[in-house]
Amino acid sequence: MLKKRVAMQDIAAETRLFNSRAAIAMLIVCCLFSVILVNMYNLQVRSYQDYQIRSEGNRIKVLPLAPNRGLISDRNGILLAENRPVFSLELVPEQIDDIDATLARLAALIEISEEQQQDFLQQVRQQRRFNSIALKERLDEQEVAIISVNLHRFPGVTVEARLSRHYPFGDLFTHALGYIGKINTNDLQRLEEQGVLANYAASREIGKLGLERYYEEQLHGTMGFQEVEVNNRGRIIRVLRSVPARSGKNIRLSLDVGLQLTAQQTLNENRGAIVAMDPRDGAVLAFYSNPSYDPNLFVHGISSTAYNALLHSPDRPLINRATQGIYPPASTIKPHLALLALETDTVQPDTKIWDPGFFTLPNSDHRFRDWKRGGHGWVDVYSAVAQSCDIYFYDLGIKLGIDRISDYMRQFGFGERTGIDIHEEASANMPSRGWKRARFNQPWYPGDTVPLSIGQSFWTATPLQLAVSTAVIVNKGMMPTPHMAAELHSADSNELVDPGLRPGVNVIDERNWDIIADTMVRTVVTGTARNAFSNTTYTSGGKTGTAQIVAIAQDAKYDADALDERLRDNAMFIGYAPAVNPTVVFAVAVENTGGGSSVGAPVGRQFLDYYFSAGVNSNE
Amino acid sequence: MNSTMVDPAQRSGKFAAFHIDLPLLLGLLALLTFGLVILYSATGQSEAMMKAQVIRLGVALAVMVGVAQLDPQTIRRWAIALFSVGLLMLVAVLLFGYVGKGAQRWLDLGFMKFQPSEIMKLAVPMAVAWFIASHNLPPRLWHLFIGFMMCAIPTLLIAKQPDLGTSLLIAMSGVFVLFMAGMSWRLISFIAVLVSAFAPVMWYFLMHDYQRQRVLTFLNPETDPLGSGYHIIQSKIAIGSGGVNGKGWLQGTQSQLEFLPERHTDFIFSVLSEEFGLIGVIFLLAIYLFIIGRGLIIASKAQDNFSKLVAASFTLTFFVYVFVNIGMVSGLLPVVGVPLPLVSYGGTSMVTLMAAFGVLMSVSTHKRMLANV
Repeated sequence: MLKKRVAMQDIAAETRLFNSRAAIAMLIVCCLFSVILVNMYNLQVRSYQDYQIRSEGNRIKVLPLAPNRGLISDRNGILLAENRPVFSLELVPEQIDDIDATLARLAALIEISEEQQQDFLQQVRQQRRFNSIALKERLDEQEVAIISVNLHRFPGVTVEARLSRHYPFGDLFTHALGYIGKINTNDLQRLEEQGVLANYAASREIGKLGLERYYEEQLHGTMGFQEVEVNNRGRIIRVLRSVPARSGKNIRLSLDVGLQLTAQQTLNENRGAIVAMDPRDGAVLAFYSNPSYDPNLFVHGISSTAYNALLHSPDRPLINRATQGIYPPASTIKPHLALLALETDTVQPDTKIWDPGFFTLPNSDHRFRDWKRGGHGWVDVYSAVAQSCDIYFYDLGIKLGIDRISDYMRQFGFGERTGIDIHEEASANMPSRGWKRARFNQPWYPGDTVPLSIGQSFWTATPLQLAVSTAVIVNKGMMPTPHMAAELHSADSNELVDPGLRPGVNVIDERNWDIIADTMVRTVVTGTARNAFSNTTYTSGGKTGTAQIVAIAQDAKYDADALDERLRDNAMFIGYAPAVNPTVVFAVAVENTGGGSSVGAPVGRQFLDYYFSAGVNSNE
Repeated sequence: MNSTMVDPAQRSGKFAAFHIDLPLLLGLLALLTFGLVILYSATGQSEAMMKAQVIRLGVALAVMVGVAQLDPQTIRRWAIALFSVGLLMLVAVLLFGYVGKGAQRWLDLGFMKFQPSEIMKLAVPMAVAWFIASHNLPPRLWHLFIGFMMCAIPTLLIAKQPDLGTSLLIAMSGVFVLFMAGMSWRLISFIAVLVSAFAPVMWYFLMHDYQRQRVLTFLNPETDPLGSGYHIIQSKIAIGSGGVNGKGWLQGTQSQLEFLPERHTDFIFSVLSEEFGLIGVIFLLAIYLFIIGRGLIIASKAQDNFSKLVAASFTLTFFVYVFVNIGMVSGLLPVVGVPLPLVSYGGTSMVTLMAAFGVLMSVSTHKRMLANV
């Protein structure tokens, strides 16, 4: 049967069948090749742009380059904040045959702790083998030298330098400069809100405090980048394009190293602050708060022990006393009140008041006492300021009333931030009826006005506010905005910082300014500061103040020695020099040491002596 | 038959004496040369790998020429024997095969490791063709059934290794024989329906997790750009970014910077597409089309059914390799691990392919003598 069928095989029909099947097969082959071609056309022609971009995205990586931070110098160009190279010992695992042996040999040369070695080995496991990994950071000079001379014996080992912020004067400028520190999550959030986060891609540190923080934008500079070609493991094959980073602007301050040192030396062991500025433009010449601390501790991350010691020190070194120190201004505001009294015709220059040594309000037998037992006798506005007569101002205060005092003193800048170029500033307090209602839910009593008239009770001010108010006096009403930065300069630009003067106090009678200035000159010539300012080579004006920290019981004598040190009086002093066309105004606060004339004024004197002998501001 | 019939082999004169089909040889040499050019770039200009590949090519060409010397009738007589030996080896692999890359595919012969599935690539279509050609065409239903069984047994054995890709290709090479033999369209439609019904069964019961993952990744590679979708995404980027003109030889960033995985083996087509662009792709497809066309012409001019069926099956299987590889690297098909025939770096499959072309040459050059008998 089978054989028969073979014999009946129709070769022609079979060939036709096969050929038709072969033709169909060829047709299918062509169809499927067309499908491939259409797909290729879609990929290589229609989606070319898209895949081109993705291909570039694969191979091209952008590496950010950190800009160098701008330098900060004093008025004479002495560097206060600089960038110093710090050295670290780094290894490239790929280039090292035996890492353990290399570590052992390195540890024989310089001290490398077990912890550093473990951290390093962990990094080796986590990172790409061609990446450089730090074994020890911040090598000292000797270690750098030892490693450097032996480097030829260690293939794959390098000493890498990078720049790190350094404050060569240590604690002298801390409260002005502040410091930089590692960027944390809060900083990142702030940068993102400001829309400048991208510029920080390569930066590790950011201004945390003081000028470093206030001028962060200018000091930081503009990030550069390197466009590199990488392979699938991220190794850099070649550099395609490089845009260098633009360094931040350098800042020249109006501060003077010599004046700062004088301020530090005169305050010595005492807590307090000295602020001095040029009244003509608000350029701050000295800005020192004592005690201070070393800002270099914060640059590389301060240890918690060291930080806690600073935080919990009874001397509160972290507080910026120049702008955050809230002191009762005490008698230093008497010239200001005297001006208000003259302006409002509450008193005339020749009006005389009898000072029996105490003051009582009508229908009250509470005695507000003068600092001088027995009183000053007859006093006019000149002697009242120069001798710092309390009774004269108690009387004035009651006659002026809280509303006029509060409004007028605000025009001198009390109760308001001065707008100095750091963020750490308190507004202190210029009380008013509304303030007392809000604060204590109580009405304002005449008994509140009496101590207020000698700068006590609710009235507080920062040393900087006192210096600004003094500038308003010598400027005859014009108020400067204090600023420590004088000039921002980069390679291609130079920008002077000059916020200018703004109207502070308007007077009806211009001559009243001269009267007030005269009372302050009399203070240093014949008044409470005459001892401190005897035999000066320059003329000056000033006002002492002694702020009571504790209320003294009726009829009790204040005995400094018997009081706990921290309850003793604060010494305050404001001053200006020369007497005609002043070039400097300043304020001094010394905590818990005694009176304005015995402590405050002598500090001011030493300060001014240096100012004139060194000719700090004489070029202007 | 007519001895005056002008045959390409006859025209080729000297080559015919050595049983070489000149057009097919030229097509293959063009492909191999172009393949080496691409491979040089795809191996990162590795001279050692080039040397190994050239040696392999020499061996494969020698095998081809050797096989071409055999008479198709001799091949027909050996077909069933080769098939039987292959089946035994597949069973042996499952029993004590060498495990590599998670699959049991290799048989250690002492001096070399050997994949019996490579034998089956040749033996299955040859055995099925032998069986079908021993009866009149078109085959009867029960002949077809036996033919299917001859495909199914080795397919299942190989699928169990597991090597799903190869098993499906082998099954296909057998089915091509049945199709070319004139299996009725009704039966073809019926089987198509059956296969689609079988697909879910395969998905849930027969496929391994990694195989299912491949299919899922194929359906949407972007869902897992760094995981299993990485290969196909990088491959499409390489192809697409080549554009019309390509980035230039040795200039492909995707391939030279190694973003493209398996660049010298399965994904070598992407290297070509990136560096030579659409123009290079068309050139390569033209060579493939020429070889396939020549193969089908040889098949249709063969003078006995066995030769016709074997030649056509080998040619179509060769096409399937090309289509599956290009389809997989360009995102048309799931990644199944099929190399680009005669271009990808690698050994055994190249020798097997060239042996198949040796059979084609034998068919092409022996028929006049057969006709004279």
